[in-house]
Amino acid sequence: MSVLVGRATRVLTQGITGATGQLHTRLCREYGTQMVAGVTPGRGGTDFEGIPIFDTVAAAVRATAANASVIYVPPAGAADAIMEAADAALPLVVCITEGVPVLDMVRVKRVLEGSSTRLIGPNCPGVITPGECKIGIMPGYIHKPGRVAVVSRSGTLTYEAVHQLTLLGIGQSTCIGIGGDPIIGTGFVDALRLFQDDAGTDAVILIGEIGGTAEEEAAAFIAEHMTKPVVAFVAGQTAPKGKRMGHAGAIIAGGKGTAAEKMEAFRRAGVTLAPSPAELGATMQAVLKGKR
Amino acid sequence: MNIHEHQAKDLLRRYGVAVPDGQACFTVDEAVAAAERLGFPCVVKAQIHAGGRGKAGGVKLVRDAAAARAAAAELLGKALVTHRPGRRAGWCAGSWSSRGCAIAREMYLGMVVDRASGRVTVMASTEGGVEIEEVAAKTPEKILRETIDPAVGFAAYQGRRLAFGLGLAKEQVGPAVGFMTALARCFVESDCSLAEINPLVVLQSQKLLALDAKIGFDDNALFRHPDLRELRDPSEEDPRETEAAKYDLSYIALEGNIGCMVNGAGLAMATMDTVKAAGGMPANFLDVGGGADAKKVAAAFRILLSDPAVKAIFINIFGGILRCDVLAEGVVQAAREVGLEVPLVVRMEGTNVEQGKKILADSKLDIITASDMLDGARKAVAAAAR
Repeated sequence: MSVLVGRATRVLTQGITGATGQLHTRLCREYGTQMVAGVTPGRGGTDFEGIPIFDTVAAAVRATAANASVIYVPPAGAADAIMEAADAALPLVVCITEGVPVLDMVRVKRVLEGSSTRLIGPNCPGVITPGECKIGIMPGYIHKPGRVAVVSRSGTLTYEAVHQLTLLGIGQSTCIGIGGDPIIGTGFVDALRLFQDDAGTDAVILIGEIGGTAEEEAAAFIAEHMTKPVVAFVAGQTAPKGKRMGHAGAIIAGGKGTAAEKMEAFRRAGVTLAPSPAELGATMQAVLKGKR
Repeated sequence: MNIHEHQAKDLLRRYGVAVPDGQACFTVDEAVAAAERLGFPCVVKAQIHAGGRGKAGGVKLVRDAAAARAAAAELLGKALVTHRPGRRAGWCAGSWSSRGCAIAREMYLGMVVDRASGRVTVMASTEGGVEIEEVAAKTPEKILRETIDPAVGFAAYQGRRLAFGLGLAKEQVGPAVGFMTALARCFVESDCSLAEINPLVVLQSQKLLALDAKIGFDDNALFRHPDLRELRDPSEEDPRETEAAKYDLSYIALEGNIGCMVNGAGLAMATMDTVKAAGGMPANFLDVGGGADAKKVAAAFRILLSDPAVKAIFINIFGGILRCDVLAEGVVQAAREVGLEVPLVVRMEGTNVEQGKKILADSKLDIITASDMLDGARKAVAAAAR
């Protein structure tokens, strides 16, 4: 069991002819993901290493029964690409693109309201169910199938956590990078709800960072609805106020959104905090041992 | 990207937002001439990005040409230290003179992208001219809010609700709605991340006017606004941050002495946290990004080495798209070019890690290797203390 993606996921790549799109379509296929189609307007009828390319998402879905999309389209066209995928009623859209204008995302969120499409990202590494399906740019080999879920706003910090788990022999059910932007599709609460309801997940690692209130909302959800143990870390304890720390969403504004506040919210919600990001795996190991 | 008040007012005027008559001046004579043209009393204001200029003495009311001359002479080219924490002192590049206005009321009007609702939120308050963060913390009920539906835009009824909520007289409501609608249009069309009118004043003549204006833009949207990109003032930025931006690197200078180079914003912050947990202080945040090549890594390394406060460098890379061998080549290249005077600790994991380690070992550079993030942070802290 897993959430969002698995063996039945059939993925189309939007922006398949760009360098990033090509590289990661190839790597995802090597991992075992069913990469069934690509979309690049004007390149319909050609193929990428045997994967058929279409001019529109609608045509690609019609021809290949794709049920998920991954987007590597450059920032100026990324929002449009998401809306095209939603219009084709794809249940899952993963937008890897970094640097999407925030007001474009405001419009995308409005379009997705009431739609059946779930968006992951933008500015995220993607989603992986180890051993079954990898959609995105994460290195596949650090993962191991298992029963601990990971959800994070950061890409490489997710790899760090996954790698620590794998070295300790703890496998993962599904790992979701929700993205580092201020406005994203799927948030912590949505992901936690999926993991809570997933029979294949025993526990969750949540990695937050400074800025916004997503961690506080996650803490409230955990306190009220989660019966599975959660281990958390919030990056950016040393970040100064008013400076955007790389991610567009990682900024302490008006004195709100500090790591200390977020960690306190998690502590009150009964979440186990990892003392440092180097100890995410070890903290989860201790929590799992304590449970047995 | 933030812009100066005079630039913000120029932009607002183009959208039909009422702003006081004024002029940006870059010399004392220019300022005096502008003040005489505008008429006395008038205000000479320092143009720096930091907030809290008034309290720092950067806003001067002048009643004659001699006073205007004295004020401009004091403000132009002076470093102004404001009370806002974490902001650097700025240099006054110009001044904005505007006619003294007979003010009946001061209010606050602001617009931001609200992350929770995923929409643009308009905030208005009767408490103008003061720190809005303080109002929000102490008396949140004094802040009125309206959320803009992106499919519709700012609706007139929302403007009326805010105007009546602010207690404006009925003849002021129409102009207030017009003012807010124009600001909202400016916000959306210019891809603002913040637009703040504080204070928004009602004059005794019943007119509404943006007495001050603060505007910031979404960096990610600047590609479609070449005219706005021109408004960037590099003197308001740390030179190392500007240099980093040229190479598409994300760099922020901090107070400590351990230079950090990491791939990914989250891992970069986590590395800084780990350095602190190990008893040290990071000298910077530096994310080389996922798609870095050897050239970019070398540029990042040079920026780190250009900071005299740096006593040790800690490179923490989890290779995904950025391969460890590429990183190692960049480091070796840069170290050869600029010379490595401080201890270098490297922790590498991920794609092509073995090739990366071999490149570093073959380089014969004096590199301390670390097995994981915490080990690396400890070694860097120890090396910096030596």
